[in-house]
Amino acid sequence: MIVAERKPIDEIRAFIENCKKILLVGCNECVTVCYAGGKKEVEILASALKMAFMKEGKELEITEVTLERQCDHEYLEEIRSIIGEHEAVISLACGVGVQFMAEKYPQVPIFPGVNTLFMGVTEEKGVWTERCQGCGQCILGQTAGICPISRCAKRLLNGPCGGSTKGKCEINPELDCAWQLIIDRLKELDKLDDYDKLVPIKDWSTERAGGPRKVVREDLK
Amino acid sequence: METKTPSKLEKILAAGHLAVTSECGPPRGSEGEVISKKAEMIKDYVDAINITDNQTSVTRLCSLASCIRLKLMGLEPILQMVTRDRNRIALQSDILGAASFDIHNILCLSGDHQQFGDNPQGQNVFDLDSMQLIQTVRYMRDEGKFLGGDEIERPPKMFVGAAANPFADPFEIRVRRLAKKIAAGVEFIQTQCIYNLEKFELWMKQARDRGLLEKVYILAGVTPLKSAGMAKYMKNRVPGMDVPDEVVNRMSGVPKENQAEEGIKICIESIQRLKEVEGVRGFHVMAIEWEEKVPEIVEGAGLYPRPKVK
Amino acid sequence: MRLSYPDSIRIIRLPCTGKVDVIHIMEAFEKGADGVYVAGCLDGECHYLTGNLRAKKRVEYAKKLLDEIGIGGERLEMYNIAASDGPRFAVVAKEMHEKIKTMGPSPIREAIARKKAA
Repeated sequence: MIVAERKPIDEIRAFIENCKKILLVGCNECVTVCYAGGKKEVEILASALKMAFMKEGKELEITEVTLERQCDHEYLEEIRSIIGEHEAVISLACGVGVQFMAEKYPQVPIFPGVNTLFMGVTEEKGVWTERCQGCGQCILGQTAGICPISRCAKRLLNGPCGGSTKGKCEINPELDCAWQLIIDRLKELDKLDDYDKLVPIKDWSTERAGGPRKVVREDLK
Repeated sequence: METKTPSKLEKILAAGHLAVTSECGPPRGSEGEVISKKAEMIKDYVDAINITDNQTSVTRLCSLASCIRLKLMGLEPILQMVTRDRNRIALQSDILGAASFDIHNILCLSGDHQQFGDNPQGQNVFDLDSMQLIQTVRYMRDEGKFLGGDEIERPPKMFVGAAANPFADPFEIRVRRLAKKIAAGVEFIQTQCIYNLEKFELWMKQARDRGLLEKVYILAGVTPLKSAGMAKYMKNRVPGMDVPDEVVNRMSGVPKENQAEEGIKICIESIQRLKEVEGVRGFHVMAIEWEEKVPEIVEGAGLYPRPKVK
Repeated sequence: MRLSYPDSIRIIRLPCTGKVDVIHIMEAFEKGADGVYVAGCLDGECHYLTGNLRAKKRVEYAKKLLDEIGIGGERLEMYNIAASDGPRFAVVAKEMHEKIKTMGPSPIREAIARKKAA
């Protein structure tokens, strides 16, 4: 899922410094799972913002809503009737949801309440780690199910580099060296000879470098 | 042995001599003279000189400009090129830049992560990795084409090298990695500096058993230790470095004012021992910020004067 | 036991401190509480096994949040008191009372008072 983290309160406050009534919108999907922007987080943030304003002698009225998702038209439509009553919106959805909302409601300023980070997994409760960079040409079949593009700090396709130390990355002793993981997995699968094959130069045009991407399914339109 | 390029380094190796290379680090400014002075100190004691490429991700005068300076001095440069900072367009372009000055040696590297340097907030590129860069140079040289397929006018004639680290983890695939680099087209290797000679000899043996030593020239890396402190630092703080306790103890065992001399002695002894290892075709002396000791080391190891080739 | 403790303390009873969520703490402060403390079972003796451990972590999180908005995380504390330990309960109550008294009223309570007066 998409993993995000709440922005510092000060930063969020600065967005709505001069507002008296705002809409705070959470999302029931990814940001709920990583405890950044779900219903609970909306409640907590609303309380925190109200208190922050009260402390300054100001008042802030907050309407709290949590939508199923903010990346689909039908759910964002649900706030159409009330959004106009607010001076600004803080969305706790990932960057995708914030933008979609801004597209839908161009007359109201929309601000992000979280920093969107990566596509990842819940390794254990409270710990989320990155797994995918959306390169558009998945090579997991050749790397024993471990992605060197998202898990190697240098995205080496023929790693490891000379800095790999005791299975950890040179930039952080707590970060697993992706290539060590790949080699270990290949050994377990009895496929270490696959390591000898050179991975060719990658076509990065399907990744961010090629420009914003789009998928169309004519059969579904 | 046949040579494929006009590289002096290649000629020396092909003729069966033990080659000697060393490296110079460019300055953190635009004073090109710094390079010339360092090169002057060592030029009669080495066959070719590496110029590092923003090593440890610290921004310095670029390797290409420094190599051009050396070439214009009549010396033999080895262009070190990392893939951290440049995409395939810039890499091919810089290769042509070097070739336009008839620079005939290149060392293909991935590069240290930018976190270590003076711009940890910067982007990194890694459009290619070191193996793919090796493939690229060979392709440009042997097919005379750009990666995109167009013809190159006056293709580069470069002798292609790479680094190898017998001491990095995991040890078990270090020889496979060497094989991969050879499959990619590498022609000479400079290893990480060697203090654990046993481990190096083991790596060489495994390489020999795979038939790799007939396909590539291995230059054994050596670095003289300046002090016991340096030995300890390298042992504990530098990833991919193997400094055995005996070496640290030997350095600690002599008084501080004699440690530098002991470090040089260890270096010379290592070279002497490494000469006996089958497949070692030369030495890469990395005397970081201690270039003035290179002549002493080369002489002490019986590698002076350097052979002349046409 | 008929021990006394300050009447500034308002007790909210729960089956387990594991039931305390960050929002409950926030709302207490929002409504003007000068201080909040969470009293759970002794370490390792939670009746529901890990409830008091969760409470501790949530209290830590809420403390940071309160610092971030300038209310002060020191107004919130977690204590471990055995259910039968009346004397300790009284001691903690007095301790918390004194601490908050020294800190003064919470800025939120003052804001609420100002608003009422206006």
